[in-house]
Amino acid sequence: MGQKRSVGFFQGLSYRGGGPMLAWLLHRLSGLGILLLVGLHIYASFFMQQTGSDIGTAFNIVYENWIFQILVIFIIIFHALNGLRIIILDTWPQTLRFQREALWLQWFIFVPIYGLTIFILFSTSLIGS
Amino acid sequence: MQARKVRPGISFEYIMWVFTRLSGFSMFLLVILGMLGALYMGARLQMDLPTLMRWTFFPNPNHVVNSEIPDLTLGWATAFWQVMQILIIFFASTHAFNGFRVVIEDFLGDGVLRVLLRGLIFLFWLCSLIIAIYVILAS
Repeated sequence: MGQKRSVGFFQGLSYRGGGPMLAWLLHRLSGLGILLLVGLHIYASFFMQQTGSDIGTAFNIVYENWIFQILVIFIIIFHALNGLRIIILDTWPQTLRFQREALWLQWFIFVPIYGLTIFILFSTSLIGS
Repeated sequence: MQARKVRPGISFEYIMWVFTRLSGFSMFLLVILGMLGALYMGARLQMDLPTLMRWTFFPNPNHVVNSEIPDLTLGWATAFWQVMQILIIFFASTHAFNGFRVVIEDFLGDGVLRVLLRGLIFLFWLCSLIIAIYVILAS
């Protein structure tokens, strides 16, 4: 932390960290996304409740859009599952031996959950619930 | 590979490291509880999936516009669910703002900017938490 880095941005992009690095990066990005979303949401709820203003309503309308929900559900399910993997690996460090397998297992769990959610989202949004 | 036995000293970073894991796990439990509560109160017949998810994370009438929420509002308007909402918003916002701090401080050296941003994030966290709890208790 706070160390001098002599690595440029494009040099950093060429680093081949593979799956675990992708998971680390996605975990950070999705975390920041959730912070933005939930933070705006708290203030939108406050303005809707207290002043009944259009700002809050506008935020919530964007958020409830089913196209936006595709992204939101990806971010939340990924962050939750990846976080669970990190908790398990950190609590029982012996399992770190199988960390690549754990990452594969995580994606095998992620795909059906996300796929099913998106299927239900599409079928109710396109056909009408 | 044998795990090393290291006894970490108690520091702010260590406490927040532990808190991140604990709050992440407790959010799992709270979300499962919220979803089961919604389904028990009849969400499986009256709600579509996104509404159920939204209502699970933050069951508050001010946070939904278009979603049709039937009589469930009556079921959720109890002290128990208000406490659950406050718990989830406390864990979520503390987890989130701490993560934000960790991400930002990875790009900063030691200096005035680090202290300044840390203070700003702390104020932002406190402000959001107070506002969220106010919204919960006032609705």
